[in-house]
Amino acid sequence: MDFAAFLDQAWASRNLILAGLGRTILISAIAIFFGTILGVAIGVLLTYGNIVVRFVIRIYTDFLRGTPVFVLILACFYILSVAGVDLTPFQAGTFALALFCSSHVGEIVRGALKAIPVGQTEAARSIGLTFPQIFRYVLMPQAMRQILPTWVNTATEIVKASTLLSIIGVVELLLTIQQIISRTYMTLEFYFLAGILYFIVDFAIERAGRYFERRVAIPD
Amino acid sequence: MTEPLLRIENLHKTFGKLEVLKGIDMTMERGDVTSIIGSSGSGKTTLLRCINLLEDYQDGVVAIDGDQIGYRTQNGRRVRRPERQIAAQRAMTGMAFQHFNLFPHLTASRNIMLGLVKVRKMPAAEAKEIAAHWLTRVGLGDRGDAYPGQLSGGQQQRVAIARAVAMAPKLMLFDEVTSALDPELVNEVLNVITDLARDGMTMLLVTHEMKFAHDVSSKVVFMHQGRIAEAGPPAEVLRNPKSARLAEFLKGAKF
Repeated sequence: MDFAAFLDQAWASRNLILAGLGRTILISAIAIFFGTILGVAIGVLLTYGNIVVRFVIRIYTDFLRGTPVFVLILACFYILSVAGVDLTPFQAGTFALALFCSSHVGEIVRGALKAIPVGQTEAARSIGLTFPQIFRYVLMPQAMRQILPTWVNTATEIVKASTLLSIIGVVELLLTIQQIISRTYMTLEFYFLAGILYFIVDFAIERAGRYFERRVAIPD
Repeated sequence: MTEPLLRIENLHKTFGKLEVLKGIDMTMERGDVTSIIGSSGSGKTTLLRCINLLEDYQDGVVAIDGDQIGYRTQNGRRVRRPERQIAAQRAMTGMAFQHFNLFPHLTASRNIMLGLVKVRKMPAAEAKEIAAHWLTRVGLGDRGDAYPGQLSGGQQQRVAIARAVAMAPKLMLFDEVTSALDPELVNEVLNVITDLARDGMTMLLVTHEMKFAHDVSSKVVFMHQGRIAEAGPPAEVLRNPKSARLAEFLKGAKF
């Protein structure tokens, strides 16, 4: 292995790599953002919805969680286009990741809300708060703290799952690296570089999560 | 005849097939302090919880200042009030719970402020002053910034009582507020309640502390199997029980 030659090639491709990394981060951020908003709604409906709502949402989450992300991405890309919804690979792939994220976040939110003792709601009711107020000021702040570590975990999973978008031709970090490899034949070196870059992104998310966890921890 | 502060008529409550309250009648006037005693399963906590509609009731009337709690009669039919109205009605009473139920993510002061700001629509500064006032009243004037997890059980219960009374309720409900406390922490909480009673606060207490019930109450109610079995002034009910059941229940109690 010629390390100097690798550095040379890596430097020459730096703009491509950065663009790929940027796209990976963009895809992940969008998927996590919308997946989380949708997921919170799903968690709330799973906890407080009537039996019909719960049943429908339950099928949705179980179906999504029981499907490989890869299949989900292919489905969003091919099935939606057959159905007449024309999405770019980038849009279809990000949409698939957001759905995947929402089903996981929904389950985490449901678990966290269920874990709050019923006495919290009763105390809040007894001082005259309405349910939306109870949810906003009493339940959600407690659930959020509970959710944070698992949510960070889901976020890192989404970053990893974004590599699968390379299959439908989204030039994110992995596909960028593969394109460079096909030109330079430096397979091991560039895959190693990709590994390091993904690690840095996920490590940063994890550290940020830890920091945030400490910031919002309830003193006791 | 003027309307009593609390009027309960023929109150029935069932959990599925189990009838827990089998027709309760009682009234309270302003300034009354009534203690409900009875063995577990007699329905005393359920009665308390029907008064602020933490439990629905199936028949009868619970009215505060003439307002029926939770239901109204429309074309001769009993209809549940909308949730917003029920929330507003709940704010007429305050409740202290066996397990305190303070909000763990809020400081003592903010626990008290939440209802004042969100329900009473008070500016935060005013709510903060009221919170400070009540924390001082319960002997915790210097602990306003402490989180519930940093307080002892007795201190948490005093904050919980402050949270309820700060809302200026017409009636305070106390549900076995000392049952979850270590024995050495019981008195600090009972002292706070005695202090409120002296102030003229109308209070309905479910308690196992017979001496306390004897000393603080204007009336004692003995419940048995979902009914009021005996009621009257504490000296009468506690010292001269009419029924064998009450005599049995009081055996060994000191007051």
